[in-house]
Amino acid sequence: MTINEIQDEIIEEFALFDDWADKYEYIIDMGKKLKGLPEDQKTEDNIIKGCQSRVWLNAHKDGENLVFEADSEAVIVKGLVSMLIRVLSGHSPKEIAESELYFIDQIGMSQHLAQTRSNGLVSMVKQMKNYAIAYQLV
Amino acid sequence: MTLTEIVDIQKIRADFPVLDQEINGKKLVYFDNAATTQKPIAVINALKHYYEFDNANIHRGIHTLAERATRDFEATREAVRKFLGAASTEEIIFTSGTTNGINLVASTYGRKFIKEGDEIIISGLEHHSNIVPWQMLCEEKGITLKVIPVNDRGELDMEVYDQLLSEKVKLVSVNHVSNALGTINPIKEIIAKAHAVGAVVMIDGAQATSHLDIDVQDLDADFYAFSAHKLYGPTGVGALYGKKALLEAMPPYMGGGEMIKEVTFEKTTYNELPYKFEAGTPNIADVVALKAALEYMDSIGRDKIAAHEDMLLQYATEQLLQIEGLRMIGEAKNKVSVASFVIEGIHPQDIGVLLDNLGVAVRTGHHCTQPLMKRFNILGTTRASFAVYNTIEEVDRLIAGLHRVKKMLA
Repeated sequence: MTINEIQDEIIEEFALFDDWADKYEYIIDMGKKLKGLPEDQKTEDNIIKGCQSRVWLNAHKDGENLVFEADSEAVIVKGLVSMLIRVLSGHSPKEIAESELYFIDQIGMSQHLAQTRSNGLVSMVKQMKNYAIAYQLV
Repeated sequence: MTLTEIVDIQKIRADFPVLDQEINGKKLVYFDNAATTQKPIAVINALKHYYEFDNANIHRGIHTLAERATRDFEATREAVRKFLGAASTEEIIFTSGTTNGINLVASTYGRKFIKEGDEIIISGLEHHSNIVPWQMLCEEKGITLKVIPVNDRGELDMEVYDQLLSEKVKLVSVNHVSNALGTINPIKEIIAKAHAVGAVVMIDGAQATSHLDIDVQDLDADFYAFSAHKLYGPTGVGALYGKKALLEAMPPYMGGGEMIKEVTFEKTTYNELPYKFEAGTPNIADVVALKAALEYMDSIGRDKIAAHEDMLLQYATEQLLQIEGLRMIGEAKNKVSVASFVIEGIHPQDIGVLLDNLGVAVRTGHHCTQPLMKRFNILGTTRASFAVYNTIEEVDRLIAGLHRVKKMLA
């Protein structure tokens, strides 16, 4: 699936929820299911500092594609991180670098990306794209 | 004890238009008062009135509007003098807020009178704004920064304070009330002991002025700073109290208009107090509206405000402690209406996000007190802080919300 096909799939999943709590329970569930990172990979190099919670992000090449792994200490952020990985991980650096993320807004979670100081999500998206741009140059 | 016995809560709530709204379909519960309080209609009207009828630059205009604006601006100075119990309006300097006041003292008194090898004492309860200005000064001048430690209840360890004091200490800067935990510090004792070794004392009053009666002369404080927005007033304005003799000995903070007596290219002479420290056009409208905020608090009665908030804190603490896995951070004997807590296994940010969806506004995180959070070995807390317009029913909403949050995250 392309990045946009995955985004559309997530938007469809969220369309089923008519209650904010169902939406958040789904995100919390995704957060809990995300494998995360082993402690020894939660390094200062991988850290994306937010004011309230930290996010760790790792990237490596798998063939032509870029694979992301990430973790956060707050479960809602981790759920959102899990969706970002679902959308962007496993695509070519070019696709990732050129992608436009619209699903967060569409599922009504844009406030989490607007609070720039309160979590590392904005920086995480930026960092994922930076990795993609860097790997394009390699 | 019922609510109506202390204050007329419905009447007070009607004074705050912002409270009458829904968040995510639920009636707003605003418990982030230690960050900033909401503004009563009297303050909003004062701002509106100023811009509609009186706006002019102050002190030098000879037209009617300038006279009116100057009169109201200076009337607030007198109101602040009274509010703090200062001897003279010369000792009241308008600032942009507490942070500005602390930086002013660090940059002027600190730079001129504290030298290499001297020591400054702060405490483990401080907000970053009462840490960083002193660290900057210490780095610049080769001064040593010492810290009064915090005990498990969130109180200052006064025995260690006694040990830290020596002739080397030139300044002590502590908060009156901790923003993260609500602890009321024994500042009268702290000041007296500092004076005994010849040190001056700066008090960060940001969290105290909306809850406690302040009398700088009785406290014998050398400097006392506060922010208007934490006591129902506008943002962007505050005041610094300083003893006249100290202010006179201090060099100006910023150069510009207003703070001068005479300017030539060879030499400038500075204006008298308090104008020496008020360079540039000040935040006139917000200063004018600060008076309305002080009058508003007086109209309810500051003792009644404190009693109402105490009642809310007692009730909230009792209810919070019944939640399984919840631990209060900050259990000082003397504290203002701040309930800071952690819940086992749950990140504070998750609590904050979900409570917001339930219409309850709290603060989560490190509260700009990272060293204090480290002291308690926690990432941060969830903080509910209460003001005069909050109710028992709202505390119940918080408690019900926390049960729901726990269930959702389980």
